[in-house]
Amino acid sequence: MAVLDVQVVAADHAVWSGEAKSLTGRTIDGDMGILPGHTPVLALLSEGELTIEPVDGATVKAKVSGGFFSVDNDKVTVVADEADISE
Amino acid sequence: MGAQIRVYRQKIASTSSMKKIFKAMELIATSRVGKARNRAQAASPYAEAITRAVSAVASQDDVDHILTEKVTNPKRAAVLVMTSDRGLAGAYSTNVLKRSESLLARLRQDGIEARPYLYGRKAQAFYDFRSREYDQVWTGQTDAPGVERAQEIGQTLVDRFTQSTEEGGVDEIYLVYTEFRSMVTQEPVVKRLLPLAVVESQDEGAGADPMPLYDFEPSAEEVLDALLPKYIESRIFSAMLEASASELAARQKAMKSAADNADELIRKYTLLRNNARQAEITQELTELIAGADALASS
Repeated sequence: MAVLDVQVVAADHAVWSGEAKSLTGRTIDGDMGILPGHTPVLALLSEGELTIEPVDGATVKAKVSGGFFSVDNDKVTVVADEADISE
Repeated sequence: MGAQIRVYRQKIASTSSMKKIFKAMELIATSRVGKARNRAQAASPYAEAITRAVSAVASQDDVDHILTEKVTNPKRAAVLVMTSDRGLAGAYSTNVLKRSESLLARLRQDGIEARPYLYGRKAQAFYDFRSREYDQVWTGQTDAPGVERAQEIGQTLVDRFTQSTEEGGVDEIYLVYTEFRSMVTQEPVVKRLLPLAVVESQDEGAGADPMPLYDFEPSAEEVLDALLPKYIESRIFSAMLEASASELAARQKAMKSAADNADELIRKYTLLRNNARQAEITQELTELIAGADALASS
């Protein structure tokens, strides 16, 4: 099964990276879920929670304030101004 | 004790205490240069991701945006000069200022009015001493820059860029900073931030694969609006981090040669001191013998 290759980075450090089954982020227009095989997209994030469903292990939640994420070939890059992981 | 010996002793004492300071500064710089490089490394995924995204958006021709438009006849340019706050780093700041001077001369030749923006107290001192004008100056943390400062500078520059030329806005933004090549080589470089020179693949991987056709959420214009200031901030922040690593490396090198020179001086003064002591003893002996001879013959 295809998986997402997720990378979360903040302005001055890498926050989280790994493989995931799905990812949900709050964009300016509302929540947006990403599954493997998603069309390439570049979306702006608004302040809110980012939820990552890793391939193994518990759900990762992160508080994100502003930024954007790009999806391209099952590679997801979340670029946030600030991001705090709260398990 | 002879006056000569005392003078040399004083010189040796002061040189060795200076040597201790140099050694301490060298050690501090060594430990901080590693930290600065780590910070630069930690910030690089962000810079890469944002560069890639901006290249992807900007390479799509159907997007019209003030920040990607070409300026056919630039009138005014902002030049951000990044020096250090403190000295004792060899020619670090001087080299950057020299490089910026040649850029300013080139701009003047092309009929472009340059507006200097300064970063670091050394640049400020350079301009103040020559009573030259500058638009704004940021000082205080060149050896450990924070993201907030980069955001502040980025915001200022993007604001100036989005103003029209008639109202005093700028058409181009240049960045002069010191690139960190290695612990022994740091090179002052000039980079043009805006207008964008699209697709700058500094890293090999990103430039290789073709840019995917992205969908934009909510719209291409809004994404660009949000992305480009961040891109500029991130470029400025990377430059600040590299400049701080360069500054510390330059300081380490300067302090190492200062400590070496102090060693050399101490060696020289010790020799002179021993010479003086020997000469004094010889003189005393001569006087004693002469005195004894005079007594014996009388």
